[in-house]
Amino acid sequence: MSDRIEVLKTYKTYIGGNFPRTESGRYYKVYDGDENILANACRCTRKDLRNAVVEARNAVDGWSSRSAYNRGQILYRIAEMLETRKAQFTEELETIGTKKKQARIEVEAAIDRLIYYAGWSDKYQQVFGSINPVASSHFNFSMPEPMGVVNIWPPGESPLLGLISVIAPVITGGNTCVVLASEKYPLSAISFAEVLNSSDVPGGVVNILTGYRSELLEHMTTHKDVNAFFYTDPETDQETRKQIDENGTLNLKRIIRKPVENWLDEEAQSPYYITDFQETKTTWHPVGL
Amino acid sequence: MEYDEAPESADHAEVKDQYELFIGGEFVAPEKERYFSSVNPATEKELTTFAEATQQDVDKAVKAARKAFEGPWSEMEAKERGKYIFRLARLIQERAREFAVLESMDGGKPIRESRDVDIPLAAAHFFYYAGWADKLTYAFPGKKAEPLGVAGQIIPWNFPLLMLSWKIAPALATGNTVVLKPAETTSLTALKFAELCQDAGLPDGVVNIITGAGQTGSLVVNHDDVDKIAFTGSTEVGKIIKKSLAGTDKRYTLELGGKGPNIIFEDAPINEAVEGIINAIFFNQGHVCCAGSRLFVQEGIADKVVQKLRDRMETLIVGDPLDKNTDIGAINSEQQFEKINKYLEIGVNEGAEMYQSSCDIPEVGYFCRPTLFTNVAQSNRIVQEEIFGPVLTIQTFRTAEEGIAKANNTPYGLAGGVWTDKGSKIFKMSSKIRNGVVWANTYNKFDPTSPFGGYKESGEGREGGLHGLYPYVNLK
Repeated sequence: MSDRIEVLKTYKTYIGGNFPRTESGRYYKVYDGDENILANACRCTRKDLRNAVVEARNAVDGWSSRSAYNRGQILYRIAEMLETRKAQFTEELETIGTKKKQARIEVEAAIDRLIYYAGWSDKYQQVFGSINPVASSHFNFSMPEPMGVVNIWPPGESPLLGLISVIAPVITGGNTCVVLASEKYPLSAISFAEVLNSSDVPGGVVNILTGYRSELLEHMTTHKDVNAFFYTDPETDQETRKQIDENGTLNLKRIIRKPVENWLDEEAQSPYYITDFQETKTTWHPVGL
Repeated sequence: MEYDEAPESADHAEVKDQYELFIGGEFVAPEKERYFSSVNPATEKELTTFAEATQQDVDKAVKAARKAFEGPWSEMEAKERGKYIFRLARLIQERAREFAVLESMDGGKPIRESRDVDIPLAAAHFFYYAGWADKLTYAFPGKKAEPLGVAGQIIPWNFPLLMLSWKIAPALATGNTVVLKPAETTSLTALKFAELCQDAGLPDGVVNIITGAGQTGSLVVNHDDVDKIAFTGSTEVGKIIKKSLAGTDKRYTLELGGKGPNIIFEDAPINEAVEGIINAIFFNQGHVCCAGSRLFVQEGIADKVVQKLRDRMETLIVGDPLDKNTDIGAINSEQQFEKINKYLEIGVNEGAEMYQSSCDIPEVGYFCRPTLFTNVAQSNRIVQEEIFGPVLTIQTFRTAEEGIAKANNTPYGLAGGVWTDKGSKIFKMSSKIRNGVVWANTYNKFDPTSPFGGYKESGEGREGGLHGLYPYVNLK
């Protein structure tokens, strides 16, 4: 055994392309599968969330104006970066108790999921847009457009594959997002932020916070400059569901709930996850000489 | 210029003294035997009375719809379902004249509009969706579409039969059954439509029509055995509905208010644009959720456009909805009339400059002169809030970016217009305006194939076109 002392990583948040600590200076402890402490994660506040939403909002214009091809390449680039760090992410999953084989399966599925959505980036518009044969003299067409800023509660129990499965369709469609990492297993999310940071994803497109869901739920669902809220945990209790829906009425936030049990399932990926975060715009263009 | 009167005869349109509820294929009296009066807004006289549906009636209607859903309607071959819907389209066409007259009498809209827009579009809507019934596998790539069950639908008073068709046609085409509540001031054509359902031989309970005010609507929204709510109306009520559906598995679509920007560039064909602005705001007395109620004129042509607008407004004829010369009919109800007048007052008090055409208006009935406000600020209530009347605010802009920023500075996002001679500018503007519909060099055009619906607080979901099927299906 070597005498070398290991250098431990400080896990922070990811906001606007930077890695700040929470403004509050608060933390909570994250443990491994054997109840040993792994890290002090940031216990983010309403203010951190608001900062993240500002960054996400500012990034909408630029990101949604990128060409579909470019967004596809950036999604693909994330997959490339993740592939080169496969070992790191597999190990990270193992530290929280995932079996080695299962960890590898999940990391590989997460990489493939990014590739899946990368490929959709310039196709969903063709599949879900339409040219409408109106009776008047107009060229009339409908196209999906991103909603804007999406707040996301990724699955609590699938810290990498689940996380990527909910972020990828949202950003493939030109939205930006603020993600509150799994409360119990937040570290993969912060490590994934490092991947995003080296993948040509513009700052602010994906923002990742850590902290208590119970503390941030209200702020994530009531923030009026957020267009949609996305959550997936099948075990979300009735009262919480109701609260999320009610908070969404403030600014008619789109509340998208996909209670997925198994993120390895074929059903856990589909272009409908992209269109759930799109508005349909219809344009009437004049026709004539 | 003076025109002779050109009244449309109302002789062939029968209006009974009292209308019942349409439940399970029959006209039935309401359990509590309460009726309310419906007024012709152009005469202020009672036109007829409608039944008020209460809890027991709503239960009955939902049961009838459930029974029809589980029975004949879901067992029927899709192509046969489609044929019923085709029949409804044809029946509307056959009785179009009668429907048009009734629509104008009940709601106050000019006969020219109910005749040329509302009724033909309603028929077209049924015709369009009829054809989808047996083709749904082509609508949702990779998925199988299943009906939701019973749809509760609540529609507004501005386009009564047309909104009914927007709701019922896609619901039936996708295999759902319906409980529909028309607006309390304009329920007449919905009950006439119920007669068509009988004439078409539509299985009992597939379409149920219950009348009443907001209380009846909330009974539909909160009914446990309703699977989906489709609502068109104000953003305020839409939020109440969304809230009351919180925590349930009911699906919903909301088509809500708007404050449509209409953006006129210096290179626009000015005369056409002026016609377009007039149509955008004064069509249907401005009772249009997508009305172009905020005009943005590029600075260089502002004076010219405002002058031309005033000149054009002088020629608009406000009066008898049944007169074929009438451009602007009656305000739909006393309540709405008061609301509009209140906003005129607010506008003046906010310091805006008001201009109204000098036309004569009838002494009886709820009529409002076409109105425009200049010298308004972005923060003025008349710029921010939906008035739902013939009231236009005018602002200017210099660059396209400024026009876009002002156009988007609202919680609404339903529809808007762009006027320019340059095609590339149309596409650019359309992609930057956060609205569900953008009309270029035109305004207030509707078509059954064309999806309609809002961004932001103007609603959720789309009606019309292929996209209008989605809110009525589960994808497996």
